[in-house]
Amino acid sequence: MGEDRRSGRWREISAGLREFYVAPYRRTFARAQREEDDLFMLLVFAETLGVPNPAAWYTLELMPLLYERFHDWHRRMGMEHSPLDHLRCC
Amino acid sequence: MSSIALLLVGLGMLTAGYLFYSKFIAERIYQLDPDFRTPAHEFRDGVDYVPTNKFVLWGHHFTSVAGAAPIVGPAIAVIWGWGPAFAWVILGTIFFAGVHDFGALWASVRNKGKSIGTLTGNVIGNRARNLFLVVIFLLLLMVNAAFAVVISNLLVARPTAVIPTWGAIVVAVIIGQLIYRYKMSLLWVSIVGVVALYALIFVGYAYPIVLPESVLGLGPRSQWILLLFVYAGVASMLPVWVLLQPRDYINGLQLFLGLGLLYVAVLIGAPDIVAPAFNDNVPAGTPSLVPLLFVTIACGAISGFHGLVSSGTTSKQLDKETDARFVGYFGSVGEGMLALAAIICTTAGFATLADWEAMYSKFGGGSLAAFVQGGGAILAGGFGMPEDLGATILAVMAILFAATTMDTGLRLQRFVVQEAAEIAGFKVNVVFSTLIALGFCLALAFGAGADGAGGMIIWPLFGTTNQLMAGLTLSIISVILIRQGRPAVFTAVPLAFLLTMSIYALLVQLGQFYAQKNWLLLVMDIVILLAALWVALEAAIAMGRGAKGTAPVAAKR
Repeated sequence: MGEDRRSGRWREISAGLREFYVAPYRRTFARAQREEDDLFMLLVFAETLGVPNPAAWYTLELMPLLYERFHDWHRRMGMEHSPLDHLRCC
Repeated sequence: MSSIALLLVGLGMLTAGYLFYSKFIAERIYQLDPDFRTPAHEFRDGVDYVPTNKFVLWGHHFTSVAGAAPIVGPAIAVIWGWGPAFAWVILGTIFFAGVHDFGALWASVRNKGKSIGTLTGNVIGNRARNLFLVVIFLLLLMVNAAFAVVISNLLVARPTAVIPTWGAIVVAVIIGQLIYRYKMSLLWVSIVGVVALYALIFVGYAYPIVLPESVLGLGPRSQWILLLFVYAGVASMLPVWVLLQPRDYINGLQLFLGLGLLYVAVLIGAPDIVAPAFNDNVPAGTPSLVPLLFVTIACGAISGFHGLVSSGTTSKQLDKETDARFVGYFGSVGEGMLALAAIICTTAGFATLADWEAMYSKFGGGSLAAFVQGGGAILAGGFGMPEDLGATILAVMAILFAATTMDTGLRLQRFVVQEAAEIAGFKVNVVFSTLIALGFCLALAFGAGADGAGGMIIWPLFGTTNQLMAGLTLSIISVILIRQGRPAVFTAVPLAFLLTMSIYALLVQLGQFYAQKNWLLLVMDIVILLAALWVALEAAIAMGRGAKGTAPVAAKR
C-alpha cells in the first residue's frame, strides 16, 4: 500500500517534470510539424495545381486521405477559396 | 543590522502580501470565478491551450520571467543604500508587480487567451498596439546588448566560471539527445545533468581560463562580447530541441537550487549588512535616487515583460480562473524573492564598509560582480566552502540566466526582422535576418562604450522601457475594470506612478547622454520618451472613454 503510494508520487513527479520540460516549446514543435505537413500537402496536390510531379502516380492515392485537411491548408496558404474545381470545400 | 532580520522581514511582508492583498484583489477587484471556463478548456488543442496543474504552471511562469534582470537591477541600485532598494522591491512586488502580473493573466483569460499586444488593439486602439510592438523591439535590443556586456564582465572578472559556462552548453546538448533520441527518463537525466553542471564548476575552479590581452586590437571584454554574439546567433538558429529547450530546463532547476542555497546560507551564516541603509556618500556621477531607483530595479519590483509572459503563454494553460492568483501573483513574489537575495548578497557579502564602497566606487560599477563576490562570501560563510568556489557557483548561475535570455531574445528579434521585411515586401532568410539582429545588438553594445565597458549605461534605459510596457498593461487592465464598473484605483495608482517616474527618468537620462555625446543612446532615449508620452495619452483617452462607457466591451462575466 505504502509502496503503491510511493510509486504513484514518483510517477506524479516524473509527469510534472516532463510537463515542465515540454510545455514551453510545445507550440514551436507544433508549428514545425504543421509546416512539414503543409509541404507534404503541396507535394500531394502539386499535379492538380498544375505543378508537374514525377511521383504523381503514388501521391494520387493519398489524396482522399488528405481531403479533410485541404480546406485549412488552402486558407493557410493564402487562398480564400479552394483553387480546385473538383474540390469545393468552401 | 543582521541580514537574517532583513530576510525575514522581507519574506514576511511578501507572504502577507500574498495571503491578504492578493486575496482582496482576487475577490473584490478581479472577482475570480471558479466556474468560469478558461481558454485552456474552451480551446483545448494540446498545443497552445492545455489545462495545466497550477504548481507546474507556476514553475513555468516563474522560470520564464526570472532571469538575470532581477539580480542586476538591485545589484546596481544598492549604491543608494539597502533601504530604498529593499523598500521598492518589497512594496513594488506587493502593490505593483503582483497586481500587474495577476491582472495581465486575468485580462487575457477573460479575453480568450489573447496576448496583451492584441488586447491593446482591442481595448485601447491600433495606434497603441503599434506602439507596443516598437517598445517590445527596443526592449529585446537592449536586453541582448546589456546582457552580453554583463556576461563578458563576469567572464573577465571570474575566469573560473569560463569552463562551467561553456560546458553547460555541452551538458544541455547531451540532455536533449538523451531525452529525444534515447527516450531516457527525465528524472534521472535531470539529476545527472545537475550533477554534471556542478562537477564542471569544480573543474572550472581548478582551471581558470583567461583570454589574451589583445586579439586584433580587441581586449578580453570585447572578445567575449563577440564570442557571445556568435554563440547566441548559432544557438538561435539551431532547432530548439537541440539546445534551447534542455538549456531552459537546466536553468529552471538551477534557479530553484541557487535560490535555495543562498537563503539557507544566509540563515546558517547570518552575515551582517555592512552597507548603509541610506547612502549619503554616493560616488561622483551617481544620478539622483528619484527617479532612477524606479527604473534601475524593474524586474524584481515590476516588469512589463511579465505581462507578455502572463498573457502570451500562461493564460492559455490556466486550469481554473482561481489559479490565476497563485500563478500570477505568487510568480511575482518569486521574482521579488530573487531580488531580495540579490540585495542581501550585495550588502551583506562584504567584510567591511570600505570593501563595499570600493566595489561601489562608481554608478553601475557593482552590478553582477558585487552579487557574485558578496554571494560567494555568504555561501562560504554558510557552507564552509572557499569564497572563490561560492563566487564561481553564483557567476555561473547569473551567466546562464543572462545567456538563456540572450538566446531567446535574439531568436525573437530575428522573427521581428523577418516580419518587418515581409511587410516591406521582401523576404530575408534565417541567416541574413539573424545577422541583421546581431548587427543591431553589436552596435548598441559597442555604441555604449568602445570596449563594451559602458554597456551598463543601457541598463536604466532598459528599465525605463520595461516600466513603459508595464504601464501599457496596467492601462489596459484599468480600462477593463472601469468598463466593468469596478474600482480601478489599485491599478491606476501604480500606472500613474510608473509613467511619472519613467518620463522623469528619461528626461534625466537625456541630459546625461547629451553631456556624454552618446548620440546612439540619445536617439533611443528620444524614441522611448515619445513612446512614454504616447502611452500616457492613449491610456488617459481610453480611461476617459471607459468612464463614459464608449470603450470596447471586454472581460464580461
